[in-house]
Amino acid sequence: MTDLSHLRADFPILHQQVCGNPLVYFDNAATSQKPRQVIEALVHYYEHDNANVHRGLHELSNRSTANFEAVRRKVARFIGAEHEEEIIFTRGSTEGINLVAQAWSAQHLKAGDVVVTTGMEHHSDLVSWQLAVERCGATLKHVPVLDDGTLDITVLDSLLASEPVKLLACVHISNSLGTINAVKEICAKARARGITTLIDGAQVVGHIPVNVQDIGCDFYVFSGHKMCAPTGIGVLYGKLDILNSMQPWHGGGEMIETVTLERSTYKAAPHRFEAGTPDIAGVIGLGAAIDYLESVGLDNIQAHGRELTLYAMEKLNALPGLRLLGPPAPADRASLAAFTLACAHPHDLVEFANTQGLALRGGHHCTQPLMKRFKAPGTTRASFYFYNTQAEVDRMIDILQQAIAFFS
Amino acid sequence: MALSEDLRDLYQQVILDHSRSPRNHGQLQGEGCVHVHGDNPTCGDEIDVWLKFGTDGKVEDIKFEGQGCAISQASASMMTVKMKGADAEKLKALIQDFRSVVTGEGSVQDEDSLGELILLEGVQKFPQRVKCATLAWRAVEQAMQQKGEA
Repeated sequence: MTDLSHLRADFPILHQQVCGNPLVYFDNAATSQKPRQVIEALVHYYEHDNANVHRGLHELSNRSTANFEAVRRKVARFIGAEHEEEIIFTRGSTEGINLVAQAWSAQHLKAGDVVVTTGMEHHSDLVSWQLAVERCGATLKHVPVLDDGTLDITVLDSLLASEPVKLLACVHISNSLGTINAVKEICAKARARGITTLIDGAQVVGHIPVNVQDIGCDFYVFSGHKMCAPTGIGVLYGKLDILNSMQPWHGGGEMIETVTLERSTYKAAPHRFEAGTPDIAGVIGLGAAIDYLESVGLDNIQAHGRELTLYAMEKLNALPGLRLLGPPAPADRASLAAFTLACAHPHDLVEFANTQGLALRGGHHCTQPLMKRFKAPGTTRASFYFYNTQAEVDRMIDILQQAIAFFS
Repeated sequence: MALSEDLRDLYQQVILDHSRSPRNHGQLQGEGCVHVHGDNPTCGDEIDVWLKFGTDGKVEDIKFEGQGCAISQASASMMTVKMKGADAEKLKALIQDFRSVVTGEGSVQDEDSLGELILLEGVQKFPQRVKCATLAWRAVEQAMQQKGEA
């Protein structure tokens, strides 16, 4: 077992009691905890470097701009982008998807066109595209989810072959099932037909190694807060020629070249899509998070996640009345386990766990169509990160056994 | 490890019993029957309540179906038991008193009428569960509005 438990010392928040018990934090798919190194980078920024970026000529502004743009280069390298101009800072995955669904669609999506998503999309991907197709009279079609929690690729193939598909939006790792989709193969199918692709990597970056050029997608989004960075910062990666074919999304300072009272001209990407003062501290924090994760090693993080998930799945499967959702093989899934219990509704279970210091998540996880698909009113989800341990999984199993006895 | 007092108060045996074996479970049809659907969109709990009012304006029969947590389903079941035979005035008083029980705000006017519904006062310690406990009750309020009794 890959042991990364020594890293727990870097996370101040983990060392506390909740309801009189040691905290076990298993809600990492919702947001990760932050290491001291990231928190200190934020404090350092505000204590030493705080100034607006790109527009000052003074020392602090120069320093802030240099640090800010250095993170753009760092992100580009971290996810294997060809150009640093392909990295647009956003508030998170949701904003990145909305940017594409609005700015790209305005230019490229017409009445009669088809957008394809999947039955396991987070509401952020689903609702953004529902709004987009509604605006321009296009249609939204879905690739259904099979019983084992994987996508029905035969339906994808027939949709791509028979429909005027302009864009394919697909989640890389399902936040509800843990399924790791074969996005490289999916993007290749789309690319062969000239279809633009957007991959939602919210559950991926910082958890397994990602290379956007290897995946072959046109757009990729992720959030900082699920990978040790602060909330409120995220990234949209887009291929440079596509980004520069799009009109601006938000108007404001920083995205323009010249402005008259009548009209304006706009900068190229990435600044075209970064109107107004950005979340500079968030960007600095994101840079510190990448440094931290690289010092741990993405391969180590991935191996640990896989081993801990395998361990948890074996123990969970042994509990009476428990149904695990998602792919049965741990190699095909991310480090989370979502399940239903015959005797207790997810909210009762999560409430029960909370009184013992265990943070789980219960509900529809922003994937209501998926819950309907699996005929579950909701699920209980345990999601892990590299600072979680086998002993914590044992504690969860113990608490679940108590819950089963209590509610049965 | 010992379970917390608050948790035991929230999930009392009577409450768990109602959630496992709900009373007045099912549907109603026919003349004088009002049907309302209620849900908590953030958590996905759902409830359908059918009320049949008699010619005297009293609740002749009441049934419900739903899916959700033990609190929402038990509260609905216990509610139906107490609402049978009540007139509009009594229903309003019951709803107001029940709200006081689960929120801890305001004072209960008629504790005797509430009966075992008092047991749901454990919800006070879990403010995020108030919307679960009141789901069926809000549906009844809506039914009364539909009938023009609110």
